[in-house]
Amino acid sequence: MSTFLQYLFSGLTVGSIYALSALGFTIVYNARGIVNFAQGDFLMLGGMVTATLVPLGWSLPAAISVAVVVTVVCAALLQRFAIAPAGKADPVSLIIITIGASIFIQGIAQNAMGRNQHIVPSFSGDAPIHFLGASLLPQSLWAMGGAAALVAGVTWFFRGSLVGKGMQAMAINADAARLMGIRNGSMLLLAFCLSAFIGAVAGALAAPITTTVYDIGLPLGLKGFVGATLGGLGNGFGAVVGGLLLGIMEAMIAGYVSPAYKDAVPFVLIIVIMLVVPQGLFGSRVKDRV
Amino acid sequence: MLHQVFSERKLSRALLCALGLSVLSFGSAFAADPIKVGAIVSATGPASFLGDPQEKTLHFYVDAINAAGGVAGRKIELLIYDDGSDAAKANSFTKRLIQQDHVDFIVGASTTGSTMAMVPLVGASKVPTLALGAGSVIVEPVKPYVFRMPHSDRLAAQKVLGDMKKKGITKFALLSDTGGYGKSGRNETQKMAASMGLTIVVDETYGERDADMTPLITHVKQSDAQALLMFGTGQAPAIITKNFRQLGLKIPLYATHGQASYEFIRLAGPAGEGVLMPSPALFVADQLPGGDPQKAVSMKYKADFEGKFKMDVSTFGGYGYDGLMMGLDAIKRAGSTDKDKVRDALEQTKNFVGISGIYTMSPTDHGGLDISAFRMVQIKSGKFVEVK
Amino acid sequence: MKSHPTRDLLLTVAILAAIPLFVSNSYIYDVVIRIGLAAVAVIGLNILMGLAGQISIGHAAFVAGAAYTSAILTSVYHWPTIAAIPAAAAAMTVLALLLAVPMLRLNGHALTIATLGLGLIVQIVLVNEVAWTGGPDGLATPPLTIGGIAIDTDVRWYAVVATVLLIAMTLSRNLDRSAAGRALRTVRDSEIAASAAGIDTYRLKVRAFVVSAAFAAVAGALSGHYTGFITPDMTSFLKNVELATMVVVGGRGSTLGAVLGAALLTALPQLLGAYADYEMVVFGLILMMTMIFLPNGIVPSIAAKLQALKYIRGSGAKANAA
Repeated sequence: MSTFLQYLFSGLTVGSIYALSALGFTIVYNARGIVNFAQGDFLMLGGMVTATLVPLGWSLPAAISVAVVVTVVCAALLQRFAIAPAGKADPVSLIIITIGASIFIQGIAQNAMGRNQHIVPSFSGDAPIHFLGASLLPQSLWAMGGAAALVAGVTWFFRGSLVGKGMQAMAINADAARLMGIRNGSMLLLAFCLSAFIGAVAGALAAPITTTVYDIGLPLGLKGFVGATLGGLGNGFGAVVGGLLLGIMEAMIAGYVSPAYKDAVPFVLIIVIMLVVPQGLFGSRVKDRV
Repeated sequence: MLHQVFSERKLSRALLCALGLSVLSFGSAFAADPIKVGAIVSATGPASFLGDPQEKTLHFYVDAINAAGGVAGRKIELLIYDDGSDAAKANSFTKRLIQQDHVDFIVGASTTGSTMAMVPLVGASKVPTLALGAGSVIVEPVKPYVFRMPHSDRLAAQKVLGDMKKKGITKFALLSDTGGYGKSGRNETQKMAASMGLTIVVDETYGERDADMTPLITHVKQSDAQALLMFGTGQAPAIITKNFRQLGLKIPLYATHGQASYEFIRLAGPAGEGVLMPSPALFVADQLPGGDPQKAVSMKYKADFEGKFKMDVSTFGGYGYDGLMMGLDAIKRAGSTDKDKVRDALEQTKNFVGISGIYTMSPTDHGGLDISAFRMVQIKSGKFVEVK
Repeated sequence: MKSHPTRDLLLTVAILAAIPLFVSNSYIYDVVIRIGLAAVAVIGLNILMGLAGQISIGHAAFVAGAAYTSAILTSVYHWPTIAAIPAAAAAMTVLALLLAVPMLRLNGHALTIATLGLGLIVQIVLVNEVAWTGGPDGLATPPLTIGGIAIDTDVRWYAVVATVLLIAMTLSRNLDRSAAGRALRTVRDSEIAASAAGIDTYRLKVRAFVVSAAFAAVAGALSGHYTGFITPDMTSFLKNVELATMVVVGGRGSTLGAVLGAALLTALPQLLGAYADYEMVVFGLILMMTMIFLPNGIVPSIAAKLQALKYIRGSGAKANAA
């Protein structure tokens, strides 16, 4: 039992990060139908900027705040100078643009912040917490708690605030939303900034656990993408569940089956699920209007 | 359509020609006078922790030697390329070094994979190569023109298991990564354990980029292992170390020379206290007795590197130092840059004091190091301390 | 729309034959040969992405799979390369068929993820099955021999690659001009209209997938024997993206665009040589700029602009409707 719990905690910890990454993907996807491959790099920037500032003497909250601001600005620039000019380009072009942006951001990060691994000190130390026979690092609680708080915040934003509802309206029918006075361009910018905010915080939460480096955006982004699709691309709740499930699956397979192939299994499962339920666990069946 | 085809064709031709011309413009026309040292390192990509200090080291010492007059009155010209941790690029840049740049000898590549991609080419063109990859396969079987600077994984396994035996340990757990270093290291450790009478009770692998290793450590906890050996590169062993403390294990924790760096101490943090690993003398140079032949060389390298680059000195950069210096030393002894003479001189290297150890090469041994090149060190209060 | 297959063929042969006159050393031959090999794979992927409009970021899996299959057949089972390469291509084609049948039932992003998964799973398998593949440190490959002649000089390799490239280009152009090509393009532009017109879109897509995998496999098996050494990185995420990018940057739907895309992205790291630090920055910028300003890819976009200029100058009267 305690072994199962140990694996579960491990899975929930990384799963929380994947969930946030997945949520970031979903927000942008809902706004524009784009899969933003640079999402993982938002997580990277959150962790790397924090990790660069702390050794220079910045306090943890200050460093994280700056990291978040830098990431959000980055995302805004990305939307303004790379996505918006592309106009009504088809999805393939947009994906390639975001891939180009991702590589570009990594290149800049590598030159500005170095190519080494960086560490961020754990927010509240490393003394393990023992719980029902398994042990947990305090940082895991930060990751899980932080993720829960962010998800709650985003949910409130979409359900409870006018701006959030406006974004939802745009996702459902952009033209109708525009007719109602909702400016698509600003909404898209907001979507990017929001996903960057979530990504940066997730990155900062994860950095003490995973260490961070200029190209960590790739695995974090990929797993977030897989999680989002598992849950149903476009469904925020599904994205979070998808990310958590992915983390748990990874931990269970590493623990009970074989650590070597654990990276393959999520992708195999994804392919299987895509074939059986292509819209994901929670997505709605898409019917093409002719 | 007619016009379209023509426009497309003309355009592609023009673009291809422009491309071709710009590629051609890379020909270098130089006199035969300078000594041309070629280098391929992984300055970027996942292996940049190896290649970045190597690149810096090579630039620094080439400049320093040139400023002091060069070697035998000749300047050194360094032609260095970044393979981005990609073996295919290493292969391609090797061709460039040999065919276009006409180098006298090559230092590199940083990883075993990239080095092996170079081996067929340098062998066919008979260019002496001082490899910076750690795999046993680089010099086993011996390749006439390839020499290896880093300690082998077999030596590391031997050092660690020797220490375990001294402590009376008979069963241990082995966690290795799926990269080249980890896979090769696992192989050597298994063989070494069998020959030394130790049993591996947990033998599992993880991915170099994995973020959480608690499931693996749980397996170790549940077994009767008396020690844990981590054989891997990158940041994962630091994460394993943290997970290890998290789960409260008290058995000795060993890493290998792939983790002999201040970076590991930084990444592992307080959890790193007490970790043991084999390391070249570099990190404990200040603790060495005055008569130790490696002391002077190591301390100078540390002072040079840290002074110029304002970052911690690294044993990986040390491999680059050894490669460059040994190559130049061979040229001096051979009295020429004739590749066969240099190769012979390399093979006759005796007691060459490098950063990684004292090298003695032979026709059957192109690695040149033995177990005395390793010191067993332990992390205490955030520093490396030698333990006997 | 008049097309001149014979003239195109002759022109291509002439240009391919002329290139060696401009090549001065072995290193440049190396770059040119690598471009040629990449171009074969890109031409194939163009059939799927450019003509049929389906996104695959997993085709490097077939490149790597063929390279490893041929390497194992030749070094372990001592097959002659002349037999191993077609066998490897055939094996990958069959694999592609088995995968395409379920995968091409997916659309849009689902298909993209599935192909992504394919590329990565193949990489993981290649890394882990050390006994067969040599693991992450890779595998050495024996050199290519054709009927007893060893292909070990630059000129010979160039001849082989140029011939294969010529065949690939011709096949691709023929497909482009044929009814099947038109059908594929209809599927790309509107799958619904295509099926309303009676086209079996699913079968067409499956065929496009399999054909493109065959091209990729041939390119992979050949390049394995060319470089003499292969590693699982041949199907890393970045390599897969690079392959798709070559199609898109050069020009989707255009054979020449495929070759150009291959040339640009293969030569880029070589050109940047000394500035390798900034390679990622430059690569990313190029990607973004091309997609924003030339979304159809370089060749079609510029050709379209030239076309428009011709119309403006009034010589368009003779030009036929496209």
